[in-house]
Amino acid sequence: MALSTASNFAKPDDAFRAIVEAHRGLSEKDSADLDAALVLILANHIGDITVLREAITLAKRRMIDTSQQQQQQQQ
Amino acid sequence: MVQTNPGQGASQAKVQFGYIRHGDQDQAAPVAHPVVVVGAGPVGLSFAIDLAQRGHAVVVLDDADRIGEGSRAICFSKRSLDYWDRLGVGDRMVDKGVVWNVGRIFHGPSELYQFNLLPEPGHKRPAFINLQQFYAEAYLVDRVNALPSISLRWRNKVTALEQRNDGAVLTIETPDGPYRLSAQYVIACDGARSSLRQMVGAGFSGKVFEDQFLIADVKMTAEFPTERWFWFDPPFHAGRSALLHRQPDDVWRIDLQLTPDCDPQVEKKPENVRPRIARMLGHDKFEFEWISLYKFQCRRMERFIHGRVIFAGDSAHQVSPFGARGANSGLEDAENLSWKLDRVLRGTSPSDLLETYHIERSAAADENIRESTRATDFMAPVSAQEARLRKAVLSLAKETEFGKRMVNGGRLSVPSVYETPLSTADAEAWSSGPCPGTSMLDAPLKAADGRHLYLTDAFNAQGRRFTVLSFANGGTTDVPDGVGVIRIGDADGLADAEGFAGKRYGAVPGTSYLLRPDGYVAARFQHPTRTAIESAVARASGLS
Repeated sequence: MALSTASNFAKPDDAFRAIVEAHRGLSEKDSADLDAALVLILANHIGDITVLREAITLAKRRMIDTSQQQQQQQQ
Repeated sequence: MVQTNPGQGASQAKVQFGYIRHGDQDQAAPVAHPVVVVGAGPVGLSFAIDLAQRGHAVVVLDDADRIGEGSRAICFSKRSLDYWDRLGVGDRMVDKGVVWNVGRIFHGPSELYQFNLLPEPGHKRPAFINLQQFYAEAYLVDRVNALPSISLRWRNKVTALEQRNDGAVLTIETPDGPYRLSAQYVIACDGARSSLRQMVGAGFSGKVFEDQFLIADVKMTAEFPTERWFWFDPPFHAGRSALLHRQPDDVWRIDLQLTPDCDPQVEKKPENVRPRIARMLGHDKFEFEWISLYKFQCRRMERFIHGRVIFAGDSAHQVSPFGARGANSGLEDAENLSWKLDRVLRGTSPSDLLETYHIERSAAADENIRESTRATDFMAPVSAQEARLRKAVLSLAKETEFGKRMVNGGRLSVPSVYETPLSTADAEAWSSGPCPGTSMLDAPLKAADGRHLYLTDAFNAQGRRFTVLSFANGGTTDVPDGVGVIRIGDADGLADAEGFAGKRYGAVPGTSYLLRPDGYVAARFQHPTRTAIESAVARASGLS
């Protein structure tokens, strides 16, 4: 199975909102703890190491440095 | 018989051996031997016994004259016990050792979960015994002394190595001065600080863990069950991890994780260790047998074979201890190498067969390093985010099954599965049973005379050679010359009385497994033919 990047929620705003609200009012530290638990829970639900690795790769693409991002935007 | 003296205190040798001058030392030219083993630890001694039982003369050299500085390795796996059964020392080890199958993991004051490493009956040996390494070594030395073809020489320190095309020449320092020996093969079982490894100029790089661990053996009478107990963040040792394990003679192994910046010399002092242990036990009625402080390392040699010098055990690979993968993997090295070297020395296999020792055992070392690195990283997270993820896992483990399974307090040693040129790939579809490259599974059997025995016993009785395990279908099993046969289900043969053998091997009438001399599956057939078995034996012997 490959990582699905199509929009899977009927109401994507509800999903985004649910995550945002979960973090609302939390300290930076508690927010980070929440994310760690959430990632592990969701990873286990997916239960497919290939999908997990693809998701990590996609997420890590955000870590490319700013200048590279700017270059891409200019192109 | 070697007498051991437990309870003498932390630093005293348990067994002392005398140096004895050997006739080889009077010869001007180096006396030639087929095999010289360097290092009389569990791996070197087991290897020597194995090779001697296969009919070869072996010289074993050790630079010390005593064993028993602390208990060191204590957990010996089922696989190691099966091997020691083949070497004639299994019963002694198990009789003295404490048997355990269950581990418990605690977080803070409460239990997270427990695991049973051998939940199903029908095995000759338990998942593990705990036994101080000095007992294991003493029993192996007794066995060595019963085998005249082994010459065990204490206070023989190898100081130089000269490689030749057809062997190696060793220079050996003794209390009587130096002498030289030549060997067709030198087996270096001289431990993590191997001097042979330096002599061949091989590197030994890997990862050093920053956290220090205090290891103490304490003598006390206690009511704890015989189980492996592991704590994350225990009340008595806040923020770190701890391990408690029982050994024979009312001795308990305690591992306490310390901070990276603590001073080993200060931490090691009994007056500083005692309060920590007292907090853990809730009392201070104990005596120290041994105290040691470690920084763990995971590393291996790039190649286990250097010319005519072959490395086995800690000299070739080193792991952190959570998982009992050190001594047990060294014993697997010994077993893997001995039958191959036997064939090469006899000329029944080409010397290329030895290369499969490197292939199989270096892959096993990688697996052991991977597993023990993961466990050590889990215990000692290296960044704030790693600590956060671990905290999440420990917290989720209280409520969820998947969280429990992610908690890593050490994944305990199981035999490696080999991807190896010696295996013959399955030609048929199998839904169960051990695939080629997997260690044989034990099962209870019943002989025609009503005697109970195990499949591992039947394998040993065949002489630890290539053996066909055959599930009867009324016909006979046609096997090549020199190959042993174990037939299960014949009216006059061995009965699968409890049904475990058939189930574990996914057997139907006619199913046959070809077992290597180290008990690994080389090939399996639902419809065996003599030609197919012959070809699998040839492949597993390095002949095709």
